[in-house]
Amino acid sequence: MKTHISTAPVLEVTSLSKHFGELTALDKVSLTVDEGEVVAVLGRSGSGKSTLVRCIDQLEQIDAGAVYLDGELLGFEQVRGRLRPLSDKKHRLQRRRMSMVFQQFNLFPHWTVLRNITEATVVAHGLSKAAAEKRAFDLLARVELSEKAHAYPRHLSGGQQQRVAIARAVAVEPRVLFFDEPTSALDPELVGEVLQTMKDLASTGRTMMVVTHELEFAREVSNRCIFMAEGKIIEDRPSREFFENPHSEQLRTFLARSNRDANEVNA
Amino acid sequence: MPLRILGSTLLVMVTLGVLTFLITNERFEWPVVAEYLLAPSVLTGLVMTLMLTVVCMFLGTLLGTVLASGQLSDFWPYRLACVVFVGFFRGVPPLVQLIFWFNLAYLLPRISVGIPYGPEFFGWSTNSLITPLTAAIIGLSLHQSAYMAEIIRAGLLSVDLGQHDAASAMGFSRWHTFSSVVLPQAMRVIIPPSGSQVIALLKGTSLVSVIAMGDLLNAVQTIYNRTYEVVPMLIVAVIWYLIVVTLLTLAQRRVEAHFGRGAVRIAHKKPRTRGKKS
Repeated sequence: MKTHISTAPVLEVTSLSKHFGELTALDKVSLTVDEGEVVAVLGRSGSGKSTLVRCIDQLEQIDAGAVYLDGELLGFEQVRGRLRPLSDKKHRLQRRRMSMVFQQFNLFPHWTVLRNITEATVVAHGLSKAAAEKRAFDLLARVELSEKAHAYPRHLSGGQQQRVAIARAVAVEPRVLFFDEPTSALDPELVGEVLQTMKDLASTGRTMMVVTHELEFAREVSNRCIFMAEGKIIEDRPSREFFENPHSEQLRTFLARSNRDANEVNA
Repeated sequence: MPLRILGSTLLVMVTLGVLTFLITNERFEWPVVAEYLLAPSVLTGLVMTLMLTVVCMFLGTLLGTVLASGQLSDFWPYRLACVVFVGFFRGVPPLVQLIFWFNLAYLLPRISVGIPYGPEFFGWSTNSLITPLTAAIIGLSLHQSAYMAEIIRAGLLSVDLGQHDAASAMGFSRWHTFSSVVLPQAMRVIIPPSGSQVIALLKGTSLVSVIAMGDLLNAVQTIYNRTYEVVPMLIVAVIWYLIVVTLLTLAQRRVEAHFGRGAVRIAHKKPRTRGKKS
C-alpha cells in the first residue's frame, strides 16, 4: 500500500508553536510525513489538530518553529543569516504545492463546478484551459459527478459538494493534501460517499494528512495516527499499534469514549 | 374587510382629488410644460445631470473601494486615515462642500506639484482649475465615496472567511482573490444600496445649481428667471427626474438578478454528534 520513493520526508515540522492571544494552540509540535503516507490526526475539539494542518498549509502564521516541504523551508528565507518572511509571490508559489479540503467545503458559490476545479490549475499552475478542463472531467469522473460539471455548488448535496472540493484540491496535483474534518459538516447519510472518495485517493498513493473524527477511517485507511491534546502530540504511531495498544491514558480514554459515542448513535 | 373597503374608498377619493387639482388648476400651465419638455436647453441640462451622476458615481466608487479596503487593512495608520476621511465626508453636507470647493481659491490661490518646501514642477492658478464643473465633480465624488466606502466595506465583510481560506489554499494572488472571489460575492450585498446611492446622487446633482453649474435644475431655473413660469418649469424638471429614476430602478433590478446567481447561502448542516466532541 505504501511505497517509499525517496527516504527524505515530504513534510517535516519542527517545534511548531502557535498562540492565539493567551491560548497556546500548538506547543512545539514536531512530525514528519513520508511520500505516500496517509496520516490521520485525532483528538478532541480544541486539541489543536485543525490549527496544526492550517499552520502547515500556511493558512495561519506560525509563531515559532519551522515547516519544510521537500526540504524547503516554508514561508521564510535566510537573508544574511537571518530568517525573513517570504514575499507574497514566493510564498504563493510554495503553497501551490499543497492543497486542502475544508470542513465547510468552501467551494466558490458563484462559479460552476467545472470552474471551481479548473481555476487554480489555469491561474496558478499555468495549464491551458483545454488541459485544465480535461483534467477536471477526469477527476469528476473519479468522484462520480461528471454530470454536475456545469451545475453551481448550491445545486449539489453536501456530500457532492465535498467530493467536488476534493476534486478541486487534487486538480493542482499537490505534494501533500490536507483534510480538515472533511465529514464533520455532513449529514450522517452523506459521510460514506466522501470517505469512500478519500479511500480511493489514498489507494493511489497520494500523500495525505487527515484531521478527522472518523475512527473507522483512521483505522482502515491511514498508515499512521497522531493523537493530540492541548496543542501537543501525545502519540504518533502506525495505525494498527495506535488502536490496538494505546500507550497513554489520554488516548485510551479518548478511544473508549469515542467508541461509546459511536455505539450510542448507531443504537 | 371593512377596513379595506374604507381604505380603498379613501384612496380613490385622494387620487381623484389630486387628478382634479392637476388638471383643472390652470396655474400648472400644462401647455408650457409640453413646450419646454424637449427644449434644447432643458435637454442639455439633463445630459449634464446624467454626466455628473455617471462621473461622480464612477470616481466615488473607485475611491470608496480604496477607502473600504483601507478600513479593513490590518495596518492601523491606513485604517485610521480611512475612518477619519469617511467620517469627515459623511458628516459634511454636500451643499456646504460644493460651496466650499467652489471657493477653494480663497484658501489656496495656487495649486502646484513639486517637492514640499522645494522646487515646483507644475502649477496652476486655483481659479482657472476650479470651475463649477470641477467643484461639482470634486464635491459630489468625495461625498459619494464616503457612502460607497461604507457600502463596499459591509459587502466585503459579508463574504465568508472560508472563501479567503480556500482562495489562499489554492494559491490565488491577493488581487485575484479580491477581484474574482471576494468582490463578485460581495456584489450581491453591495448592489442594492449602491442602486439607491446612484438615485440619491442623481437627485443630489440638483445642488450644483447653487454654484451656477448647468444641470437640469439650473436649466429650468434659467428659463423661469426669464419667463416667470416657475411652476411649469419645475414640473418639467420633475418629469425628467422621475423618468430617469424609474429607468435606473429597472436597471437596478436586472443587475441584482445578475449578481444573485449562484449565491444562495450554503445551508450549514448541523454538526454530527457521532464520535465528535467529548
